[in-house]
Amino acid sequence: MALDADVLEQFIDQVKRLVTEKLVPNEERLVEDDDIPDEIVDDLKDLGFFGLSIPEEYGGLGLCLTDEAKIMMEFCQSSVAYRSRIGTNNGIGSQGLVIDGNEQQKQRYLPGLASGEMIASFALTEPGAGSDAASLTTSAVRDGDHYLLNGTKRFITNAPQADLFTVMARTDASTPGARGVSAFIVEADTPGITLGKKDKKMGQRGAHTSDVIFENCRIPATARIGDEGHGFKTAMKVLDRGRLHISAVCIGQAERLLKDSLNYAIERKQFGERIADFQLIQAMLADSRTEIYAARSMLLDATRRYDQAERVSEEASCCKMFASEMVGRIADRAVQIHGGAGYMADYAVERFYRDVRLFRIYEGTTQIQQLVIAKSMIRSAENS
Amino acid sequence: MKILVCIKRVVDYNVRIRVKPDGGGVVTDGVKMSMNPFDEIAVEEALRIKEAGNADEIIVVSIGAKQVQEQLRTALAMGADRGIHVETTENIQPLTASRMLLNIAQSEGVDLVLLGKQAIDDDNNQTGQMLAALWDRPQATFASGLSFDGGKATTIREVDAGLEVLEVDLPAVVTVDLRLNEPRYVKLPDMMKAKKKTIDVKTLADLGVEAAPGVSSLGVRPPEGRQAGKKVETVEELVKELQARGLVND
Repeated sequence: MALDADVLEQFIDQVKRLVTEKLVPNEERLVEDDDIPDEIVDDLKDLGFFGLSIPEEYGGLGLCLTDEAKIMMEFCQSSVAYRSRIGTNNGIGSQGLVIDGNEQQKQRYLPGLASGEMIASFALTEPGAGSDAASLTTSAVRDGDHYLLNGTKRFITNAPQADLFTVMARTDASTPGARGVSAFIVEADTPGITLGKKDKKMGQRGAHTSDVIFENCRIPATARIGDEGHGFKTAMKVLDRGRLHISAVCIGQAERLLKDSLNYAIERKQFGERIADFQLIQAMLADSRTEIYAARSMLLDATRRYDQAERVSEEASCCKMFASEMVGRIADRAVQIHGGAGYMADYAVERFYRDVRLFRIYEGTTQIQQLVIAKSMIRSAENS
Repeated sequence: MKILVCIKRVVDYNVRIRVKPDGGGVVTDGVKMSMNPFDEIAVEEALRIKEAGNADEIIVVSIGAKQVQEQLRTALAMGADRGIHVETTENIQPLTASRMLLNIAQSEGVDLVLLGKQAIDDDNNQTGQMLAALWDRPQATFASGLSFDGGKATTIREVDAGLEVLEVDLPAVVTVDLRLNEPRYVKLPDMMKAKKKTIDVKTLADLGVEAAPGVSSLGVRPPEGRQAGKKVETVEELVKELQARGLVND
């Protein structure tokens, strides 16, 4: 549901206040502790951040994607680890349930996810199945009223915090590829689940990933989302929304990088002048501003279409590819504008430079987006 | 207990203030406006008093053009029960404002009026005090703590010598300081609910008050830019420099 313009504006004001007063001042503490302070998690719960995309009847805010994107572009002007904590509950961890879950499953899990009392993780990637996700080998073998899960999932975001996993597993060993895969809701305290060590990452400290290992993990058949073999169909339905959400995250991060760069350029003096008055610095600032504007315009066009129930897979891939590549370039310029200081951990741009590198990889690499876009173009041309 | 909270629409505290070229005030066109931060603390305190079971109703009032309803809506979204908008585009000074507030406090029969200690635009720090005088009721200003017992309120004030504790009989006027509380974040569902709460619109005539400014502003100008400092190499040089300027004794 689209919010009234004045309510959205009022809420965005609250988000800005949260970013300025709480999220940014706690970024260094977040890095130091490798965790988000509890009081900030409480604020995020209070403001409804865990349930932005969960329907109101299950306790969420039920936002349309355009409003969600506008909120994320503000929220993500702070360390991306904050976004990571709320990301899976709003994204694929819960949306599979929202779209294809049955009423009983929704009633049982969505209110807890919306309030943030429960954290959901999405377990798709495996040691042997990354971009080629449909080659996954984790198996779910039917055993009466139950399934037995076996296999290893890799780089699973929020796994150390998760109460719930949406697990993609092969229910039909004889059918290779996507059609043999089903989706399951698995509670994290089910016997037979072990977590690997927290992964040591390049950046995004405070956001955690790890392996999730299933060994004869017995789950009830009622934990399956939708029909057997429909797992990827469910995942595909939430993919577009996820890619547009990530685009908003990239734009928020880019805004922050540019804000820090501009402030630095105005303060820093060399050759007796502010470096902001040097044309080569101005070129970097202007290029960055233009690219952010382009990404923002693309995103809001795509979310508007999505909210009107248009099919936007091609546009979603265009946005995700452009926004994630764009923030990489802006991070690079931000370090350049900061000069030697930009290479030092005392300045946020050094951290953001490492943090934003992930955006070109997860939720479909740039190369996967290129394939999606080109194939979609070719298909359209062939059908016209 | 019924509480009246007075709020003012001001230029947002994050905005860098610019003076109009003609010196006739500060630029407000296209500038982000917000609730005076001290007033926001007053609203928050009223909510806490109500949540603790010491108040039944919170009325928020603001004076100004149509746009002040945005700030009233924010206060309603925070949890105030209803709003009163005194609509005027005239220049309203503290004495006029306090006359209007007196009228409302009396007609509503409130037990407590909470205001920010001052508004961050004009920094007058007068309205609460003038209201108490006109109303002939006790005042406690710059409160950094507030509690109730029977018909009395106890306030803590941060003064130069330490903390001063005042007890006042209700009804009373209390103006609040920065460290009284930290205003809550407003939740989205509460913002939507606030749209359904009522805001009564009144005119100056309804309240029997005329704008009649008693103070005229002669001009506004920005502070002088800072002059470049001077660097010295040693403590001796520094002392010499300070002595030369008569800032320390020989």
